[in-house]
Amino acid sequence: MNTSVIIFYAIATLILGAALLAVTTLKIFRSAIWLLFSLVGIAALYFWMQVEFIAAIQIVVYVGGIVVLIIFSIFLTQQSGKEMAKPATSKIIFSALAALLGTAFTFNLINHYGFNTTSSEPFNTNVSEIGTQMLSTTSHGFILPFEVVSMLLLAAMVGCIVIAMKPTAANIVHLNNKED
Amino acid sequence: MNEIPLTHILFVSTALFFIGMYGLFTRRNIITMLMSIELMLNSVNINFVAFNKYLFPDKLDGLFFSLFIITIAAAEAAVAIAIIINLYRSHQSIDVDDATEMKF
Repeated sequence: MNTSVIIFYAIATLILGAALLAVTTLKIFRSAIWLLFSLVGIAALYFWMQVEFIAAIQIVVYVGGIVVLIIFSIFLTQQSGKEMAKPATSKIIFSALAALLGTAFTFNLINHYGFNTTSSEPFNTNVSEIGTQMLSTTSHGFILPFEVVSMLLLAAMVGCIVIAMKPTAANIVHLNNKED
Repeated sequence: MNEIPLTHILFVSTALFFIGMYGLFTRRNIITMLMSIELMLNSVNINFVAFNKYLFPDKLDGLFFSLFIITIAAAEAAVAIAIIINLYRSHQSIDVDDATEMKF
């Protein structure tokens, strides 16, 4: 039992405990804050696995982007102090049963599979290595998904603006055109 | 570092995935359902990184998969929140039980 093992179990407890509270608490703002803790715990797990680049991306995108976006939308659409309605007891029982059965089944599968972790090469996750492979055009490069995902982000940005635009603005333009 | 076997990391990610699934089943509020989906996506990311680190340390494919999943999750969250704000404007509520116009 050395320090690394203890740190792993502490991080795992943080992730799972915060996630469990995030899906069960009845106040929506607390739910968002527990989600934040869970995501920070996952970033800590990435640091523990020594993939610092993914950990940094996790903090920047999830903690700095998505959770802030969720909190904004909570403030725009809810009374944040109000409690949500409790789900029906039968629904809780059956959902918990389904989740527990799935967890038990998957734990059993993982336990009996026996992964052969024999390769002992060092895991090289330099940022320069990641960048070179992401933009390389050889058969192991990721330039095509990179470009496709940039198009996806552009489409998402345009789509968000169009969807969330106030309908009155469009009507005003329409009316102005009519008057002309 | 090597004292923790791969299976323990997979146990954590499995438990996280099913916690997200439980939240998706029990919640009726669109924002909290979106949070549950984020938890499930994160458990998949943990799996990709752990498999890459323990089974194929000479490659980087798992890291790229998690990078692209994180990007797509960000785009998905942005579009979902635009839709939520629009839904709130027309229904004054973001419960899935209140938006039933297109239900057969």
